[in-house]
Amino acid sequence: MDFMVFQYPMISVQACLDGILLGILFALIAYGMALQWGVMNIINIAQGDLVILGGYIAYFMYLYGIHPAWGVIVAPVIMYFVGIVIYKLVINKVVDRDLFISILATFGISILFMQLMNFAFGADVVLANSDYGTTMLFNNNVVLPNSKIFSAFISILFAICLVIYMKKSKLGRAIRATAQNARAAKILGVDTEKVYAATFGINAALCGVAGALISITFTIHPYMGLPYTIRSFMIVIVAGLGNLPGVAMSGMGLGVFEEFADYILGTEFRIGSVFLLLVLILVYRRFKLSKKREYLK
Amino acid sequence: MNKNNLILYSVIIIFGLAAPFLLPAFKVQLSILCVLIVLATTWNIQGGEMGYNSFGNILFYGLGMYLCASVQVGMFFPLAEWTESGGEKTFVHTPAQFFQGMAVGLVVAAVVPTIVAGLIGYSILGLRGHYFAICTLGLGVAAGEISGGIEIIGAGQGFTTPPFPEVGSLDSRGEFFYFLSFFVLVLTFITVKGIYNTRFKLILNAIRDNEDKAEAMGIETMKYKIIGWMISAFFCGLAGGIMGGLVGYIDSTDVAFDGREMGVFMVLMAILGGKGTLWGPIIGATIFHIFKEGFWTFFLGWQYVALGVLIVVIVIYFPEGIMGWLREKYPERFGEVVDEKDRKAQVELK
Repeated sequence: MDFMVFQYPMISVQACLDGILLGILFALIAYGMALQWGVMNIINIAQGDLVILGGYIAYFMYLYGIHPAWGVIVAPVIMYFVGIVIYKLVINKVVDRDLFISILATFGISILFMQLMNFAFGADVVLANSDYGTTMLFNNNVVLPNSKIFSAFISILFAICLVIYMKKSKLGRAIRATAQNARAAKILGVDTEKVYAATFGINAALCGVAGALISITFTIHPYMGLPYTIRSFMIVIVAGLGNLPGVAMSGMGLGVFEEFADYILGTEFRIGSVFLLLVLILVYRRFKLSKKREYLK
Repeated sequence: MNKNNLILYSVIIIFGLAAPFLLPAFKVQLSILCVLIVLATTWNIQGGEMGYNSFGNILFYGLGMYLCASVQVGMFFPLAEWTESGGEKTFVHTPAQFFQGMAVGLVVAAVVPTIVAGLIGYSILGLRGHYFAICTLGLGVAAGEISGGIEIIGAGQGFTTPPFPEVGSLDSRGEFFYFLSFFVLVLTFITVKGIYNTRFKLILNAIRDNEDKAEAMGIETMKYKIIGWMISAFFCGLAGGIMGGLVGYIDSTDVAFDGREMGVFMVLMAILGGKGTLWGPIIGATIFHIFKEGFWTFFLGWQYVALGVLIVVIVIYFPEGIMGWLREKYPERFGEVVDEKDRKAQVELK
């Protein structure tokens, strides 16, 4: 336990700003999670592994001398097709089945991806260096890497673009209609199969963007996927499906929580605290919901 | 119990007792198989009978593993110094100390997870469906991450369990752990078979089929869910304690709270064999273990790829499992009366 964070207010400011910038990234991943959950009613455990795969795309561009920031354009394009392939091979067989089947099937995909990435890219922790420098604030007491600001900016940009796309385009309307009532949408001539494929592709593309940004700002590692899945799941259940401002807010809240947990408990408990928070949130939710069911007793 | 069953059980018991002498090279593998069957069978109480798909039984398994080893060391030597010294041991257990420690350790490893299951059961088992699945997944990973940060049980560098003392012949280690795990397996089977013959199983099935209705019929569902989980926790803890001694080394995320391996294995074995049947998890665990060992030996490095593909294939194409498939094919053998006319009509419809 280390309470330095409360004695020096500047550290708190640093943690808050770091957390908010990190949380915006989480919110982007969680948006993809909410999209597929709402439309296809599946929970994708492999979400985090798609993120890491996107990160490796940016990292490879960096290795071959291209600036990794271009990964933000390239990764989603590649990941879109990866998503479509996963959909065609696995997801379309679990869409209308029990939710647990989808959890287990995507858990299998997650293990598969983890190991394939481990073979292809090695088990080292890597980082795509962007050379963006840092910004100093408050008399040089708070240090913000420009890459974090860049990643938060790009995440917001992509989120806004996607929201507009969902509102205006034909496919976006079809996706929203399917989310509301898949059967009715089918009757009215929406090709739900195509909509599902597109949804999963868009989700994978979002993961690709987030992954490329993570490889620039933080580090990536083949086995780091599951925490990102859990974070996005947590954000979605706190915010609720289809509540975009809620997703953004709870994403930032989670980011700040993590930074403070990192300072107070120590880095070795960071991931553990995220998973513990998930359990606590679910238990809180269960007691809140059970109050509504009292009449059964 | 009719005559056929009696013969079957006698054959299994005799084979089980003779196995380490018939197949001396596979003693460790057979012990692991016993542990896997225990895990799959107890997972089946939640996943198969109760309809609560838990990823969190690994929590009790890992807890039992750490507790058993800690008690075994802590009874005679200072625990902190033991873990600090790592592989090079300054303390040596005498045979009497080893077996006493193991016995007390196994009792603690069984009792404490049961109490933990009872304590957290009320909060966790109130969750429904996929929320329960994800919550227990988080619980298992959180336990692994947190135990990896605790210094006294070895933190990140791991915990070496006391080595088996040299008594008798060289092979006595394998035989000791085999008979121990076989005993736990028999105990688990008797318990599970016992509770499956009572009203308790019907209550669990009622919870699986429709929990709200079961509650409305006057069943205190929460009580039975917690009891079911406590039974699982008891045997998972025992299995973990044995496995810790068998492996000889405990790591927080790779051995004890290994959600990526053991946590998924127990789900997969039960599904492969057939959820909600007595024999399904046993058959599933046996087939899975043979497959796994083959893959782990001949395709080293690709095992997780194979595991991932296997999960996807089993879950998508074979969700009913072997017992489910047999049940569909030979319903009479399962005591279901099938009307011949009805069956023919169904075949024609297909």
